[in-house]
Amino acid sequence: MSTTTPPSNTRAGGTDAPGNPDVSGVDLELVDVLKRYPGQKKPAVDGLSLHIPAGEIVMFVGPSGCGKTTSLKMINRLIEPTSGTISIGGEDVRGRNVDQLRRHVGYVIQGGSLFPHLTVAQNISVVPRLLKWDSRRTSERVDELLELVSLDPAKYRDRYPRELSGGQQQRVGVARGLAADPPVILMDEPFGAVDPITRQRLQDELLSIQEELRKTIVCVTHDIDEAVKLGDRILILQEGAQIAQYDTPEAILAAPANAFVEDFVGAGSTLKQLSLSRVSDVELVHPTTATVGERVAEVRARAEANGDQAVVVLDERRRPVDWMWLRELAAADTVRPVRDDVLTLDRRATLNDALDMMLTSTHGAAIVTGRRDEYLGVVNFTAVTGHIQATEQQLAEGRAADATAGRDDAWEGGGA
Amino acid sequence: MWEFIDERKAQIAFSAYQHVSLVLQAVLVATVIAVVLAVVVTRFRPLEPVANAVSAMGLTIPSFALLGLLVPLVGIGVASAFVAVTFYATLPILRNAVVGLQGVDARLVESAHGMGMNTLATLTRVRLPLAWPVILAGIRVSTQMSMGIAAIAAYVLGPGLGQLIYTGLAQIGGANALNSALVGTLGVVILALAIDALLLLLGRLTISKGIRA
Repeated sequence: MSTTTPPSNTRAGGTDAPGNPDVSGVDLELVDVLKRYPGQKKPAVDGLSLHIPAGEIVMFVGPSGCGKTTSLKMINRLIEPTSGTISIGGEDVRGRNVDQLRRHVGYVIQGGSLFPHLTVAQNISVVPRLLKWDSRRTSERVDELLELVSLDPAKYRDRYPRELSGGQQQRVGVARGLAADPPVILMDEPFGAVDPITRQRLQDELLSIQEELRKTIVCVTHDIDEAVKLGDRILILQEGAQIAQYDTPEAILAAPANAFVEDFVGAGSTLKQLSLSRVSDVELVHPTTATVGERVAEVRARAEANGDQAVVVLDERRRPVDWMWLRELAAADTVRPVRDDVLTLDRRATLNDALDMMLTSTHGAAIVTGRRDEYLGVVNFTAVTGHIQATEQQLAEGRAADATAGRDDAWEGGGA
Repeated sequence: MWEFIDERKAQIAFSAYQHVSLVLQAVLVATVIAVVLAVVVTRFRPLEPVANAVSAMGLTIPSFALLGLLVPLVGIGVASAFVAVTFYATLPILRNAVVGLQGVDARLVESAHGMGMNTLATLTRVRLPLAWPVILAGIRVSTQMSMGIAAIAAYVLGPGLGQLIYTGLAQIGGANALNSALVGTLGVVILALAIDALLLLLGRLTISKGIRA
């Protein structure tokens, strides 16, 4: 059971872009990579071979000490492999100057690891400066990246890391990793140091950034839920970086390759299916909306006609700013938001995240946003439970079909 | 006393200038030596306890004794005084530079390497700027100490206000003995305070706002 090669792990050529011309990532290939530390009997990484297709997010998961971080760091040669080859876009990483190599591979680590003595802009421009970009190009790039990670450049450019929250620091960390537009980005537990709600937002943002950029991202995590949510593929490693399973999240949840994977993925894999479904997969409802500055009387009339008790307040760029009960509107002539911290879900958030947020919301539902925080609609319990039932039914049908095909053993394991 | 000062204005001013000049040059050289040593020491971990021991023990050598040892080697005069002051000035800076460089988060260094900074760039752009507040604190301690040691170095005919102090001591009971010793001593104290204020200002200007306490 040491090495399982799933059917999807077939080697394709260098241009394995999955049907998308906008992919800016390149293929990554590890062949028989071995890392042995002096004085240790067993290698930390024992002959790892792996193909990572361009433009995909591959999550490395496994128990601590399984060699996942070592494997990651061998890609940008922070750790030199004892033997074996690693190539990025078909080019052997040992073929070029190590500093040059690293300037073209993004590197994001836990907490962002920003340099505390440099401003946000200076932190982001570290690699562009090393690459000798001119200052105008660099500062334009800094602003562009801050926009990308949802931080207002004018407000944050000249701040120091200690003036930022943990989540903001992590955002800047991601921006710094993307600075020189590298085709490959390595992330080492990028969201490990932030609270769960911030983590979820950062994950959503990463997914929407990835949707735009299509880099090849290798991300180490110990959190299987994070792996299921972010990964196009998941690599589950055992001690010595032995591949336990390498496949899509769906396939791993449905059919764990062996007892180790089953244990690692954990019980309740039906619940884990919630991490596979995105908010965008369910039917959204569309309650009454109002724009900031609109006349309250009109809004009230509209809401009453729709039978709504509350309205979603949007700003002029259609971004949700508040979710107000009708009684809260009464005070003024025109619509003015009363809170400034309305929680929203990205459409790439999982149903798991959605349930979390709905449970804490007084509305028993959650606002969903799309690209650039634009309002899309609202997700509620009925929609989520409906989706779960539909998925269950599909799985049951699938099971029945497989049983008749005589392959029931595989599925029994997955459903246990 | 004012009369005493008034009569010797030019001489006192010159001595004060020489005193400050000796100390600043010695501290400058000491800073370079200490930082270079600290970089070497933090690169080869087994050297760290050695460096700490040397910087602690070095300060216990009486400065008189060291001057006595230096005279046969570099002769009497400015050279001996300079070497002695530099030696003592190096020790606090070395200690602080080692502590400061050690205190830099290893993940930041790895992060710097991971982004493609070579060893030198990592040193000059990450490690030294982050260690700088601690190094500068060492420089301040060192400068204060050197002001006093430079006065003692006048014993081997070094330049500076120490000469006034020794003149006073040599003529004890004489007409201007007390005035001479007092002017020398107070001069050292006042200059030390002034230089410390300047170093504080230097810190304001050179320590990044992001890590200033």
